[in-house]
Amino acid sequence: MNSTRRSILPVFGSGGARDSAASVARREAWVRWLPLLPAFVYVFLVTQIPFVLTIYYSLFSWNLLKPGSFRFTGLDNYATLLTNESLRTAVFNTVVLTVSVIAISVVLGLGVAMLLNSEVFGKGLMRTLMIAPFLIMPTAGALIWKDTLLNPLFGLLPYLLSPFGLSRVDWVNHFPMATVVAVEVWRWTPFMMLIILAGLQSQNPEILEAASVDGASAFQAFRRLTLPLVRPFIELGALLGSLFVVQTYDSIFMLTYGGPGEDTTNIPFLLYIVAFQGFSIGQASAIGVVAVIITIIVATFALRTLFSIFQVEARR
Amino acid sequence: MIASAAATRSKVLWSIIGWLVVLVFFFPVLWMWLEGLKTEPQAASSPPTIFFVPTLEEFQQVLSGDFPPFFINSAIASIGSTLLVLVLGLPAAYALSIRPVTQARDMLFFFISTRFLPFAASLVPLYLLARDLQLLDNILALILIYTTINLPLGVWLLRSFLLEIPTDLFEAARVDGAGFFREVTRIVLPLISPGLAATSLICLIFSWNEFFYAVNLTSSVAATAPLFLVSFISGRGLFYAKLAAAATLASLPVLLAGWIAQKQLIRGLTMGAVK
Repeated sequence: MNSTRRSILPVFGSGGARDSAASVARREAWVRWLPLLPAFVYVFLVTQIPFVLTIYYSLFSWNLLKPGSFRFTGLDNYATLLTNESLRTAVFNTVVLTVSVIAISVVLGLGVAMLLNSEVFGKGLMRTLMIAPFLIMPTAGALIWKDTLLNPLFGLLPYLLSPFGLSRVDWVNHFPMATVVAVEVWRWTPFMMLIILAGLQSQNPEILEAASVDGASAFQAFRRLTLPLVRPFIELGALLGSLFVVQTYDSIFMLTYGGPGEDTTNIPFLLYIVAFQGFSIGQASAIGVVAVIITIIVATFALRTLFSIFQVEARR
Repeated sequence: MIASAAATRSKVLWSIIGWLVVLVFFFPVLWMWLEGLKTEPQAASSPPTIFFVPTLEEFQQVLSGDFPPFFINSAIASIGSTLLVLVLGLPAAYALSIRPVTQARDMLFFFISTRFLPFAASLVPLYLLARDLQLLDNILALILIYTTINLPLGVWLLRSFLLEIPTDLFEAARVDGAGFFREVTRIVLPLISPGLAATSLICLIFSWNEFFYAVNLTSSVAATAPLFLVSFISGRGLFYAKLAAAATLASLPVLLAGWIAQKQLIRGLTMGAVK
């Protein structure tokens, strides 16, 4: 397709008879690039300049509050990071948070999607209510959980749990990571549900009926027919979701502020603390570089999945 | 007859289970609304107040207090960056679909890979750049950053909509001798409106709810709605009803837009992969 269109198009643009075929093709290629350039230049400048600066700053010792402290130290910042407990804790917390949030919300999302895909009353309204946690501002959601649902004195949950001997449990302080995971699962389950539901709805119900006529149990039909069909959707949801959850900052800021101690400090939060509480620009930049490396590893898988689903091969 | 009775019974059973699950997820949102409709003593009572006469007092307080400037800043940042995304993104998507550049695949990869770079990695240099350019606590900085965040999504999403326009339409137009501008105004713009809606919705969600850059690059003049909520963590004591009213108002635009445009939501969140 590409070649045919290119061979037709110069007919419209050919002005002088002296234009050689090559220069016409070159001009045509240039004309095609024009609409792309503003967006490309914009994204390139705003994402790549800061990235190069991050690498550059990471080679310096620089405290923002001490004028004249800007000093080249090579890889010292990285050496400090490797021996520093904080980064290891933050990487560990990031992994725990991301893996548990994605795993739990995929399973719950699959369950809810299957409920919404079966014969139930009020499907449309159920879906509408179900996506609300994803749309609520994350800072607002976290605050509502912390102050009105989990608050040990006035919260609803400790009150509801009091018959079970769990009254007055200070969830945010005693189970900080579990609380952050719970709030994030609440927010990401609807996201997973939406994507998996779209996959389920692409299934032809007649195939399931045929399977049940053939004597397949509901579980067999789920494992053999439904699961293979929705698998790419689950993968897509899990990978897109993990790229967002790795960057969790809002709910940690609102719920625990990274604490107690460093119990819920993930990489973005550690970077924030080092840069804006400690004002160590060089250290923070080194953490940023580490974050990029980790993200590239995750994103490589994510992009491969995305591209296989999109089939980005030149379709035109 | 027996079979249909069993079918009805199973439908009722699954409906009950389904509604219980959905209500568990929706409950925090409902509770937020209810708390906002209480008075302060009712919101900070132990045991929690379940039955009460709703009042709009706290909503009025929030709206007549210092909340509106935060809300307006959020609106400026979101609408400004959304418009920029559409203006920059639609031509780019065109050059990646209708008349693609030869490196279209690489360019698509480039755009989406920038979206996956961690925000944290660019915070420090963007902070320093904003400081040197006098853009700290300036809404323009947020508009420019949110445009960067959303443009890759916008390009991918708009491209997926452009690819759906039948090729015949373009060929017919070219046979009729239509130039580039007539092609765009007669074919692309009329057929792309669902794509523009989906892109705007996704931009709105991500920029309205954005917190990381907002809290670190603005302080008072340009502070957005999520920052108003931060002030409830410290120093305001037990203002749970006011907090809930503010949280409700801050969440309202995205909640309404998402509910109205549910169809576009999945497609937008997956950058056009899932329809």
